[in-house]
Amino acid sequence: MVSGAPSKIDTVVIGAGHSGLAMSYCLSHRGIEHVVLERSDVANSWRTERWDSLRLLTPNWQSRLPGLAYEGDDPDGFMTVPEVIEFVDHYADVISAPIQTRTTVTSVCCAGDGYQVDTDRGTWKCRAIVVASGACNVASVPAIASSAPSSIAMVTPLDYRNPDQLKEGGVLVVGASATGTQLADEIHRSGRPVTLAVGEHVRMPRVYRGRDIQWWMDAAGVLDEHYDQVDDIKRARNVPSPQLAGSPGRSTLDLNALTGIGVKLIGRLAGIKNRKGQFSGSLRNNCALADLKMNRLLNTIDEWVSENGFDNEVSPPHRFAATTVEKSPPLDLDLSNGQIQTIVWATGFHPDYSWLGVPVLDRKGEIRHEGGVVDSPGMYLMGMTFLRRRKSSFIHGAGDDARDLSDHLTSYLANTISNADSILQAGANK
Amino acid sequence: MTDKKVDNGVDVEFLLGAREMLTEAPEGAQFQWRAKCDWVYGTHSKTSVEGFFGLGEEQNHKTEYTFDADHPEVFSSEDHGATPVEIVLAGLASCLTASVAAVAQHREIQLNSVSATLEGGMDIQGILGIDSDVRNGFDGIKVTYNIDADASKEDIEALVAQAQKRSAVYDIITNPTNVTVEVS
Repeated sequence: MVSGAPSKIDTVVIGAGHSGLAMSYCLSHRGIEHVVLERSDVANSWRTERWDSLRLLTPNWQSRLPGLAYEGDDPDGFMTVPEVIEFVDHYADVISAPIQTRTTVTSVCCAGDGYQVDTDRGTWKCRAIVVASGACNVASVPAIASSAPSSIAMVTPLDYRNPDQLKEGGVLVVGASATGTQLADEIHRSGRPVTLAVGEHVRMPRVYRGRDIQWWMDAAGVLDEHYDQVDDIKRARNVPSPQLAGSPGRSTLDLNALTGIGVKLIGRLAGIKNRKGQFSGSLRNNCALADLKMNRLLNTIDEWVSENGFDNEVSPPHRFAATTVEKSPPLDLDLSNGQIQTIVWATGFHPDYSWLGVPVLDRKGEIRHEGGVVDSPGMYLMGMTFLRRRKSSFIHGAGDDARDLSDHLTSYLANTISNADSILQAGANK
Repeated sequence: MTDKKVDNGVDVEFLLGAREMLTEAPEGAQFQWRAKCDWVYGTHSKTSVEGFFGLGEEQNHKTEYTFDADHPEVFSSEDHGATPVEIVLAGLASCLTASVAAVAQHREIQLNSVSATLEGGMDIQGILGIDSDVRNGFDGIKVTYNIDADASKEDIEALVAQAQKRSAVYDIITNPTNVTVEVS
């Protein structure tokens, strides 16, 4: 396989996670010849890059992909990581996706009117390409991490598995999105006192008026909001993941829940200097912003309930207590006196495009695209936050995006074929 | 909905245009702000601002502005002007207030009146070197806004929260900044 002439195919899909597979399903339905290249096994990042206790943020009934709905007996539960792997594996089987596993893409370049895809197991030439290689390949760690004293152990969510791998003693968790709040919760419960550095965040109750918050956002159309309907898509794409956890008890995991078990809140980590962490004085405002934003979401839900005559079906509207912030949160933290032993960088993730030789990256290293249609003919992107819809990065968001983008891809291939044909035709007619 | 046009005097169209333009040409977004300070006598000094750099070239205020700073008589000074820490409060107040107006314009909220009171607590045992555990600067700043606007209380709170998020001086005060002082 390594040597020999390149294989020719209409379309290459990079990545056999739920996004790449949803795209594969749609391409098969449209009769588009394609291969799905996967560096390891189906759902690789779920197999190798997730912590033990993680469950999906979305309830099981929402785990649906084109051609496969949730069939289990616990629609309101949340899948564990092994269950997600099984679900995605099962999907790959059900749709008979043409996957070539254990094939790592080493480069993608423009070649003629299409692309050349080099892998460690041979070369492909294709006219269209779908990048479904994931949004969270690399943990984003701020540059200031290098200033931390060497006595401090540091871990990212991609390396973290469970609290037992951490030293005894205090832990500074930096970042209060879904990852940061979940890890703060379980690490603090393991007897390692947690200080949580909180910047901008998104607060959400797990359950509101008796229904899961995802149910409400689904019903009220919030999740279907399109990328070209929002004021500022750039900002919307950078919004941190909501403070949610999928737990059997459907409990809310907001900052009040964390301070309730003894986690200490501190402002956004702004610097590390002279072995001290420096924290922003903006904690109060960041909490106020998150409270206000949550209330706007609850208002949207309440309005939807009234407009749809649903008031008698669900419990009455209510509001949650404002986030409690101590009067003067500390602005610095000594990182050399032994109180903090470990820093967990829950500061987000970014994709790895080191293999991508097509000039489509903007100055921030992100792919330039319009709702997943990349700024290079025949190239498409899947699975990114708010790619086409607010739900794009969720499992249940892949279906609609794959349908739209596979339509676009299909007509792109048809049009370029007909162009090539008409050029041939014109040549023949001379 | 009324068809009355919201007018807080902020040219939001211009700001949005600038944002778009500077996204394409980020080098133009590099600004440098400057001030020049001359000691007068005692704790009295005069600071002036006029030129700055931005949008790729030297820029100027319409005219030079000067600020007298001094300390009050309880410090045995002559009180020729505001204390420097009060000027910091003034900077924060005016920055936040400008931000409130801009965000209100963008959100189509008509402001009728906006006033803020600022209180910065300080234990002067720090600057006097009495207690090394006490910092020189404020131990906290409290800003209280009184806003009359054609909007709900919740919308006004959101306006003030967003104004903090977009304010330069708020950022300068709430986050550390490297300061280099040299003698030429």
